Amino acid sequence: MLQDKDRIFKNLYGLHSWRLEAARARGAWDGTKSFIERGHEDVIEAVKASGLRGRGGAGFPTGLKWSFMPTKSDGRPSYLVVNADESEPGTCKDRDIMRHDPQLLIEGAFLASFAMRVHVSYIYIRGEFIREREILQAAIDEAYDAKLIGKNNVNGWDFDLYLHHGAGAYICGEETALLESLEGKKGQPRLKPPFPASVGLYGAPTTVNNVETIAVVPDILRRGAAWFASLGRPSSTGTKLFCLSGHVNTPCNVEEELGIPLRELIDRYGGGVRGGWDNLLAVIPGGSSVPCIPASACDDLPMDFDSLRALKSGLGTAAVIVMDKSTDIIRAIARLSYFYKHESCGQCTPCREGTGWMWRVLERMAKGEAEKGEIDMLLNVSHQVEGHTICGLGDAAAWPVQGLIRHFRHVIEARIAAGATKPIAPSVPVAAE
Amino acid sequence: MPKLIIDGKEHEFPSGITLIQACALAGIEIPRFCFHERLSIAGNCRMCLVEVAGMPKPVASCAMSVNDLRPSLDGTPPTIFTGSETVKKAREGVLEFLLINHPLDCPICDQGGECDLQDQTMAYGFDAGRFQDNKRAVDDKYLGPLIDTYMTRCIHCTRCVRFMTEVAGVEELGAIGRGEDMEITTYLERGLLSNLSGNVVDLCPVGALTSKPYAFLARPWELTKTPSIDAMDALGSAIRVDARGREVMRILPRVNDAINEEWISDKTRHVWDGLRTQRLDRPYVRRNGRLVSASWDEAFAAIAERLKGLDGSRFGAIAGDLAAAEEMFALKFLTETLGSPNIDCRQDGAKLDPAQGRATYLFNSTIAGIDQADAFLLVGTDPRLEAPVLNARILKRSRHAHGNIPIGVIGAEADLTYGYDYLGAGPETLAEIVNGSHSFLPKLEAAERPMLILGQGALTRTDGAAILALAAKAAIAIGAMKPALSWNGFNVLHSAAARAAGLDLGLVPAKGGLDVEAMLDAASSGTLAVVYLLGADEIDTDRLGSAFVIYQGSHGDSGAHRADVILPGAAYTEKTGTYVNTEGRPQMTARATFPPGEAREDWKIVRALSEVLGTTLPFDTMQELRAKMFADHPHLALLDAIVPADAATIEHLASRPSKPGKGRFEPAIADFYLTNPIARASAIMANLSALHASHNDRATGTDG
Repeated sequence: MLQDKDRIFKNLYGLHSWRLEAARARGAWDGTKSFIERGHEDVIEAVKASGLRGRGGAGFPTGLKWSFMPTKSDGRPSYLVVNADESEPGTCKDRDIMRHDPQLLIEGAFLASFAMRVHVSYIYIRGEFIREREILQAAIDEAYDAKLIGKNNVNGWDFDLYLHHGAGAYICGEETALLESLEGKKGQPRLKPPFPASVGLYGAPTTVNNVETIAVVPDILRRGAAWFASLGRPSSTGTKLFCLSGHVNTPCNVEEELGIPLRELIDRYGGGVRGGWDNLLAVIPGGSSVPCIPASACDDLPMDFDSLRALKSGLGTAAVIVMDKSTDIIRAIARLSYFYKHESCGQCTPCREGTGWMWRVLERMAKGEAEKGEIDMLLNVSHQVEGHTICGLGDAAAWPVQGLIRHFRHVIEARIAAGATKPIAPSVPVAAE
Repeated sequence: MPKLIIDGKEHEFPSGITLIQACALAGIEIPRFCFHERLSIAGNCRMCLVEVAGMPKPVASCAMSVNDLRPSLDGTPPTIFTGSETVKKAREGVLEFLLINHPLDCPICDQGGECDLQDQTMAYGFDAGRFQDNKRAVDDKYLGPLIDTYMTRCIHCTRCVRFMTEVAGVEELGAIGRGEDMEITTYLERGLLSNLSGNVVDLCPVGALTSKPYAFLARPWELTKTPSIDAMDALGSAIRVDARGREVMRILPRVNDAINEEWISDKTRHVWDGLRTQRLDRPYVRRNGRLVSASWDEAFAAIAERLKGLDGSRFGAIAGDLAAAEEMFALKFLTETLGSPNIDCRQDGAKLDPAQGRATYLFNSTIAGIDQADAFLLVGTDPRLEAPVLNARILKRSRHAHGNIPIGVIGAEADLTYGYDYLGAGPETLAEIVNGSHSFLPKLEAAERPMLILGQGALTRTDGAAILALAAKAAIAIGAMKPALSWNGFNVLHSAAARAAGLDLGLVPAKGGLDVEAMLDAASSGTLAVVYLLGADEIDTDRLGSAFVIYQGSHGDSGAHRADVILPGAAYTEKTGTYVNTEGRPQMTARATFPPGEAREDWKIVRALSEVLGTTLPFDTMQELRAKMFADHPHLALLDAIVPADAATIEHLASRPSKPGKGRFEPAIADFYLTNPIARASAIMANLSALHASHNDRATGTDG
């Protein structure tokens, strides 16, 4: 269990003021100038040594990502873009950082920018986060007024920070779609390569990081990489914000060490599964896009990158969606499938056509109006989508379906068997409509 | 030079190409829908996925550069598999996805037989679909009178959107909605106004965008396809004329990187219905004030009677804008034989003179040279109307430089689709460039290869000769003449297909002869007794007075209405004829159909007439005619090749008097869609003309 002294987000629940003064009392902006004096490389090395991995879902090592940025400008500026377009169903951690502890994010953006020799940084915030945007902007203004950021600031690294809000499209959380949207274009993912580190925002080298990733950087520097690395497990170091939702008694956000057992997380912070642990049906451990895992695998499951990977799921954003036995798992996944169908940008074929197909089949399966052969067909379709798209949304749409079929095929089969008394779609393909 | 192993064979490739191009060089075709060599890379159809060793996911070969792949740790070059099980599965998957919402209406689809989706499904697809739900239906969009839409068939490759934005230079097409609700649309549903819009029909890989005038007329396999050359403007774009029986059914572009890449204007593409209407299909003779049909013998006899005993100086000949070199050569021969110095090919009165040297009337930098130019000065020209495809090439150049090349315009301030500096309206501004007082001059001087493009709008004025000389001075002033770089930046942009050949052949008044203007004056006053119009309809026929008018041509236009004898000729799709484009490049058309009725190839008519007149021309076959023509003008024999004109003549031209008058340069083309007799006979062109006229009058919603 994480001790209070090791907590990074001390005002996660908004019990205290988010204002600059209060944040400074909690430790923000303490010694920032001294980190700048240590030099660019030193900051990157510290982040590398801390073992910090991206908190936005993919878990890419942050220090390594930063080291891809050019150390010498070829005439183009470099940019840091903070991805605050938190839209993954189940995930609500960045929102709390921005409205309750915004100075951590601002200081983190400042330090990360310094590490990558960046003078201008953008925060792209989700369109629906209206109050969060107001608070974050006020916090940025406070930091400017206190000369913590801006030109000729007290910390000794010129730095401008702009807050830009999106219009509420999930796809704009994909880093290259976010860059397109930030440039004022339609939010559609770009082809990679070139990666943003070489050609990103306005054609310049850019790093895109999640809010939480950036917000933990100041504490890593203040308390030392070794402290951060001592928390959690090897290759899943540090603390992480977990978002508990679904059929738990007390849904909440909580900061804990990576590697905490899922059961402890649910029981201690979520107040237990509704109706008791034995009433657990399945858990989606990392936000809607990772495959669900059945209750049988949850008993002593450590919540870290590798353990979940081994279960063919993933830590994702660490948004734990708990489903008890009252859940109609097919309808639940069908609803997620609808979400991905609705949020597909429509640019590339497998995602545009495949998400709608999967959703329609799942809707029918939820009603039992399908054939057993369609289960394998659905699985096959999900594999046709996965890995064939421009961005990760295709994968994100395919994985929940694969998780469903992997663990709950018997539920679908039973539903179909029960529904077989009703008329079902003809099995012989009809030629022309 | 990156090395790659593709399907087990090692190849070396030039830097900067993508995998799909590398595979093509290696002789392996990769299926694709969205990729197009002349458009930006979208990478959205996912049909071109290939497997790269060491990469977890298949890679879109259209978007991956050969330079982006690293050799493996042991130094083996990157290894690509284009036929592996993964690739096969990926292609099948993509095709299945494309087909789930694509209607199975191939039997009633105009794209059938030349459909990429149809072909690739046959080659790479499943045998049956597994999708059992309802297909998506999409409302059709209104894209104007040229493009029919069946948007349910759209596979969202966005080629049309990219073409309109990048090549046509207008953001008239785009996609709204997202996911499976994404739709291609014009936003305002008011139809496309670009005069290059027809190209999206060729680009569309399925039957979503089809040709409206050609709708349901023919199947591709019924058509005889004849590669030929366009005559609607002076570019000589490469076209393919598709005919069924005696009728031209459609015209498509061919690839010619030196001229039109693979685009053609809407006039070039859709003028074909004009080839069927208003045709002169038999000779006519005016009797008692009325034109009555006659036999060839009667028509020739009428001419012979009128010419009998006539002094040669009272005979004049004017060649029109669509005439091929052969008939102009024959006409000149005949005129000389009749002892007349009065011949002219410059219907519009442009003050171009072949005696000054070829360089003074050609587009010397060549059209492909636009790609190398780094500054432009457009004088009295609206290339978007005079040569839309050439304008697209300037846009391409501008886009490649991210708009950072100086383009100056003197003349009408038109929307050219790219940004430019408007310098002024008339010769005064050009004079400022020459005398060094204009602020734009340094930008032009700084360029390595500047181009001056002089349009007919500047040359058809009475002071055209002085403007031509002034423009030559300007070309020298801006540094467009760089012999060391073999760069001749003095360019005359013609708007008539026949003009360059006419000037090459010397169809200008001989010593003491009359030009078009003088011939019309002389005809009004009665001193010119007989006028021979070879397809010349752009003159003011009211000024022909009481002259005896012989009209030889293909269409019943203004010249034929005034004629006393009509000799029915062949249109440019109905004869093999040499056309010299504005660059000075001779090219030959091919006969796709026969002329209608009694109409004949034009050189034969001139030859036959000469026999009746007792002045038989010394050639009996096309071969003999060409042998004579080539002997006099050897460069015409070098088909598709440009013989660079002597740049030194520009220096000489610059030394001529150059004190033009005042007044703005007027546009050379009033109505793009109605510039010649064939276009004026076309219902499609009339529609387009009306559409544009009404659009220009109508206020849009944003005008308040």
